Amino acid sequence: MAAVSMEARAWRWHDRKRYLWPLGLVVPLFPFLAWALVDATGLGLFWWTGALVVYGLFPLLDQLFGKDSHNPPDSVLAYLEQDRYYRWCTYLFLPLQYVGLVVACRLWSAGGLSLLDKTGLAVTVGMVAGIGINTAHELGHKKDTLERWLSKIALAQSGYGHFYIEHNRGHHVRVATAEDPASSRLGETFWRFLPRTVTGSLRSGWQLERARLQRLGKRPWSLRNDVLNAWAMSLAVFGILVIVFGVAVLPFLLLQAVIGFCLLEAVNYLEHYGLLRRKTTSGRDERCTPQHSWNSDNIASNVFLYHLQRHSDHHANPTRRYQALRHDERAPELPSGYATMILLAYLPPVWRRVMDHRVLAHYAGDVTQANIQPARRAAVLARYGAAR
Amino acid sequence: MSRYRCPCCEYVYDEAVGAPREGYPPGTAWSALPSDWVCPDCAVREKPDFAPTPD
Repeated sequence: MAAVSMEARAWRWHDRKRYLWPLGLVVPLFPFLAWALVDATGLGLFWWTGALVVYGLFPLLDQLFGKDSHNPPDSVLAYLEQDRYYRWCTYLFLPLQYVGLVVACRLWSAGGLSLLDKTGLAVTVGMVAGIGINTAHELGHKKDTLERWLSKIALAQSGYGHFYIEHNRGHHVRVATAEDPASSRLGETFWRFLPRTVTGSLRSGWQLERARLQRLGKRPWSLRNDVLNAWAMSLAVFGILVIVFGVAVLPFLLLQAVIGFCLLEAVNYLEHYGLLRRKTTSGRDERCTPQHSWNSDNIASNVFLYHLQRHSDHHANPTRRYQALRHDERAPELPSGYATMILLAYLPPVWRRVMDHRVLAHYAGDVTQANIQPARRAAVLARYGAAR
Repeated sequence: MSRYRCPCCEYVYDEAVGAPREGYPPGTAWSALPSDWVCPDCAVREKPDFAPTPD
């Protein structure tokens, strides 16, 4: 009876994005698209298709299609969540991702490509690896064992298996605090954030697993350690590819992995820039609220990133499936989609110009409420404190 | 044996079941969990946020 009324409600409400979600599968097709474009035009430039699409086409689509703040009503959330169609849109990313990686290895090893072409292809594959971390992110938050496994498999390509642990148990607990390596701070450039988040997240993932295994009376150096078994999976994938295609593919495999996780970290940089949870009187951090994540309702980036930009709702309800995430009026909104904002993040003076005043406005001009880069605290206070 | 529900994601800590993967074997009393214990599924609610739930 409950199921009938659930379906009846959903029948009256139409999910306008339902048939857009398979577009996310365009991303793992980048290597094939690159190959086809090079073949059709004879232009080596198209080996860089992944970068051209992510840094060129996606920002353009964000501008072109604008924002969509339409929310599913509360009454259909349960129906949306149980509809398995949406899961398949994410599951199918994985086979395409790995067939693409194998094809790229074949192209790297077959000869006929210049070093520049091969590098371009590695960048294209790296874009798939990076956005693959987003797919892994969606899957890794779920309670379903199969989806948690798929998450780890998706992460193997970028060697970022510890993300599954650190993100869920570390970042979500400490988000928008000074202690979180994956929350960027006001006055912190992307280039300073990058080494801090990469090393800090690795350390945090390791510590979380070590503490868990300690409670179990086990040593950390075992395959029970989810950080180690995830890395073992990367080692197995890279090992098999090197055995099959020769050691010549190894530098490109490593390059695509680095490009992949650097892309993910650029997204991390956008999500909480300068935002800070206050300490309660008991000394604990206040609960994470919609005000602690930057959101974007640009529909193009949202479709290609499975609603990752509805980030406040994700932090409020981490296990909620992507199709049911909602826009939140209380959340600070980025001026454009993540694809556009990544480009700005690479250029610190432009980023500061676009974002710092937004952080300041979010705190009604009181810069002391922001998460400030400690080394630049005096300079940031002088710059923005005086403007109060 | 009592059960406690996460108000965010519906995860239920059942003292009879414990949370073995997390290092809390079956039979671990709610009171034996540390105060900074976080929900193993959503990780955004802590022990004080959980509410007892009827069987």
